[in-house]
Amino acid sequence: MSAAEEVVAEGHEAVEAVPKRAMTLGTGTSVVVLLLLLAVPLFAKNFIIFQLTQLLYLGLAVLALNILTGGSGQFSLGQSAFYAIGAYVTAVLMEQFNVNYALCLPIAGVVCFGAGFLFGQPALRLSGVYLALATFALATAMPQLLKLNFLEHWTGGVQGLVVTKPDAPFGLPMSQDMWLYYFTLVVTLAIYLFSVNLLRSRSGRAFMAIRDNEIAASAMGVNVALYKTLAFGVSAGITGVAGGLSAIAVQFVAPDSFTITLAIQLFLGMVVGGVGWLPGSIVGAAFIIFVPNLAEGISKGLSGAVFGVLLFLVIYLVPHGARQVAIIGQQLAGKLRKN
Amino acid sequence: MELFTNQILAGIATGAIYACMALAVVMIYQAIDHLNFAQGEMAMFSTFISWQLMQWGVPYWGAFVITLVFSFVGGIAIERILFKPLAKAPVLTNVAGFIALFAIINSSAGLIWDFTIKQYPTPFGSAPFLGSQLISTHQAGMIGVTVLLLIGLYFFFQYTRIGLAMRAAASLPESARLVGINTSWMIALGWGMAAAIGSIAGMLIAPVVFLEPNMMGGVLIYGFAAAVLGGLSSPFGAVVGGFLVGIFENLAGTYIPGVGNELKLPIALALIISVLVVKPAGLFGRHIVKRV
Repeated sequence: MSAAEEVVAEGHEAVEAVPKRAMTLGTGTSVVVLLLLLAVPLFAKNFIIFQLTQLLYLGLAVLALNILTGGSGQFSLGQSAFYAIGAYVTAVLMEQFNVNYALCLPIAGVVCFGAGFLFGQPALRLSGVYLALATFALATAMPQLLKLNFLEHWTGGVQGLVVTKPDAPFGLPMSQDMWLYYFTLVVTLAIYLFSVNLLRSRSGRAFMAIRDNEIAASAMGVNVALYKTLAFGVSAGITGVAGGLSAIAVQFVAPDSFTITLAIQLFLGMVVGGVGWLPGSIVGAAFIIFVPNLAEGISKGLSGAVFGVLLFLVIYLVPHGARQVAIIGQQLAGKLRKN
Repeated sequence: MELFTNQILAGIATGAIYACMALAVVMIYQAIDHLNFAQGEMAMFSTFISWQLMQWGVPYWGAFVITLVFSFVGGIAIERILFKPLAKAPVLTNVAGFIALFAIINSSAGLIWDFTIKQYPTPFGSAPFLGSQLISTHQAGMIGVTVLLLIGLYFFFQYTRIGLAMRAAASLPESARLVGINTSWMIALGWGMAAAIGSIAGMLIAPVVFLEPNMMGGVLIYGFAAAVLGGLSSPFGAVVGGFLVGIFENLAGTYIPGVGNELKLPIALALIISVLVVKPAGLFGRHIVKRV
């Protein structure tokens, strides 16, 4: 192609710039949400507690994607692959090597961080649609890789692995589900705080500089290659912990639970929650857990169509996701205070 | 050696399917600047419409033309009704919209025509082509139609006023508006044309993969891959990319031990990515220069 045909793209950013202060919740709101999360299981049935646990670990996975996309501006359809690695590392360590479940999670996180960091290397050359295709390839390959024969000794092949649910320690008078919920809550909170601080730190500012303008960021001395791969690594690590938690909560891992559908769900969760708004991750997770059930309840035969229509409604009303709702709420509260 | 040439021939035959779909993908990418994940489902729905028409006794080519018109109008309608309101929304929100459209079309087609596999006729017959067991006349016809489509598109974009206007609207919308091009309708036209090309792809693919609501899942992925490999801005690249992906996939399945049907896709994708790492804009794509 001759130089005359080169196209110049101006300031066309795929991910909008979210200032770092707008990425978190105020103190008051945080305390209320935390109290709710602590209190609700005390009054709920076991199945609901299980669903809340699910909400937390999927929220964690959405948060991880949010750091990658909303933070550093890279798009990924391959999150399900890291989720699968995390789940399998946890399951294999727990069942084949009798490692304590609480120890498995950090190991899963570190393994996935490594995997993400390595995958980030070739991905450096790609952006936008090309990066989406590369990560997509990873997501489609993962279930097949887990089924490979020479891994079957550990992974159980197509059948997968059954994981034992841990009991509450120290003789605490709690059901297994409730203990697991609080355990997940603690892990989630720790990672949430870590992520908020990460985005406020020097590294977080580097991520955002890259997201907003890669060339300008590198001109200011940001090591673009390092921070892009780092964002991939951190995101994969958190996704891995989420995957590990899911393995413990569901008590089962199998290759076909980690297909591209999961990656698409996580993506939808991020959009619904608001790209770049970390607390929105939990809202997004709620959307991907409960709305398909709701759609099934409205019409069995047309559940996919109902889901699609509901999704359209959400993106029409709030194109910026739950973040937009939060901003509107804040403005309303501000007005009330003035009056 | 004979095995090798045979596998390449078979690869070209399947590649024709991907090339068709890749053309539709490039068409929409030219108009709206991102990939439409619901493209395959739109094509599947069109194919069902033509099947239904034939069930009602319309002859093949009559159904073909009616479906083409229906898809063109339908594509424009989808853009006007569903995606025009999202024009100002962030890109990722638009992508979520494509996923929603995917779910809606797939589930409605399943309800109207149910999920059983249906036979679909071919106008070219299915005898071996020129005595070769690997390419049937239908596949040869498919390659022919793809090449004709490509030539048609080339003339449309190079030598007609409206083709020129569409290219202008896609590459520099603001300047295009200043010289009096209605860029918003150019986008709608792009949707219509992509839907029409997709419906041709669907009607050509259906005799090979059989007609059912999920028929396009795999094909669309290969179509995307082919379009990306060829360079998303070039229809010619898309067609070449389609044939290359078909050949890649077949050779990987034959020569790499332990690769069953299931690992073919990841290996083909991995190969494409290695190509992209060397040539990030695809084989025939334009290099995009960024301005700070």
